[in-house]
Amino acid sequence: MAGSAQDIIIVAQAESGDALQQGEVVAPAEEHAAEGEHAAPADAHGATDTHASTEAHSEVFPPFDPASFGGQLLWLAITFAALYFLMSRVALPRIGSILETRRTRIEGDLKEAERLRQETEKAAAAYEAALAEARKNAHGIAEETRAGIKADIDGRRADVEATLAKRVSEAEARIQADKDAALANVGSIAAETAQALVAKISGTVTAAEARAAVAAVSKE
Amino acid sequence: MADPNKVDPIHQFQITDIVSFGEGGVSFTNSALFMVLTVGVIALYLLLSTQKRSLVPNRVQLVSEMLYEFVAKMVSDSAGKAGMKFFPFVFSLFMFVLVANMFGMIPFFFTFTSHIIITFALALLVFVVVIVYGVYKNGFKFFKLFVPSGVPGYVLPIVVPIEVVSFLSRPISLSVRLFANILAGHITVKVFAGFIVTLGSLGFLGWLGALLPLIMTVAITALEFLVAALQAYVFAVLTSMYINDAIHPSH
Repeated sequence: MAGSAQDIIIVAQAESGDALQQGEVVAPAEEHAAEGEHAAPADAHGATDTHASTEAHSEVFPPFDPASFGGQLLWLAITFAALYFLMSRVALPRIGSILETRRTRIEGDLKEAERLRQETEKAAAAYEAALAEARKNAHGIAEETRAGIKADIDGRRADVEATLAKRVSEAEARIQADKDAALANVGSIAAETAQALVAKISGTVTAAEARAAVAAVSKE
Repeated sequence: MADPNKVDPIHQFQITDIVSFGEGGVSFTNSALFMVLTVGVIALYLLLSTQKRSLVPNRVQLVSEMLYEFVAKMVSDSAGKAGMKFFPFVFSLFMFVLVANMFGMIPFFFTFTSHIIITFALALLVFVVVIVYGVYKNGFKFFKLFVPSGVPGYVLPIVVPIEVVSFLSRPISLSVRLFANILAGHITVKVFAGFIVTLGSLGFLGWLGALLPLIMTVAITALEFLVAALQAYVFAVLTSMYINDAIHPSH
């Protein structure tokens, strides 16, 4: 590689004088009417500096060749204008609308989902309320029933108790009367017993005498 | 090119006529062919892939949508909502440079972004768009761009010329960055590939020696794919930032 590079340099040096002449002769001949003053120095520059590597082509390093500028600029203008037109009028609005449609669709779907969620929540709340109401009602009914039953039981118990109390008091009254009657009979029984005893021991005693004696004894 | 083993890394940048429209007139060159192809490929892909307008995109449509959203995000991030007016412009630039660079990675294809006149014309277009829109939108206030706010008055005589120079050098830096990256990359690949051919012609030892440049060529080719995409991105990002300056000139 080093050898060939040296060769090139030697060739370049050998040709440079030749090329300088050529450059001066050729430059005006190449129709650079507009870029005439531009082209000549560039060609001369190219001939001394870059000729070595481009000997097979024109005298200038291609990317700096002013001869190609006009044509490239023209085609650049045409193609870039076409690209800009296509992008700004057709392609980008289309992609933008696709993205916009998707965005609104997603937003709409999210909104719908949110609406449905709220509806669900509302339904759940209504259910909860109904449940609480029902529970309250059930409680009331239970309470009422319990109170009713209690009242019923209380009433019946009171009835029974009253009946029983009446019977007890009747029985007590009867017992008292029997007792009173029995007590009242005690004096006459004692008198009769005393009369019988006295009669057995000592002879007859009148009922009145016996009664008076009993009375006297029971007073002591 | 008499010696088939002699590699000429510059040959690939040569512009040749394909169709000539008369003497001295404009010709359809390989450069023009690839510009037309670039635009054709971009337009055909974007239009065909989105033809169905599917709500649920398939793969090809998804690529178009991702390109759209990628550039849209880039523009709105750097230039805000007002900058979306220039979205088609930035998108066209990005796609044009990206596809041109990628075409350049295919062997025997001409890379027109390796010509300074093309990149300079694109950069100048950006520059002119920024100035024209900036002055149209903000009037005289556009020149506040050169007067950073919050800078004390006595520094301004130094800062303003710097700002002006940096503003004026934008089209140059923008164009040279793209052009130089692509040009240098293509030359490097060609030179290393040339080593393979040269060494390979030296027999067995040469074959062994050629392995090294072969590996280098593969590696640099991979790097060039990265550069091709990256430079298109950088061009588009810087364009969006310059457009931001036109819309909001005060720093």
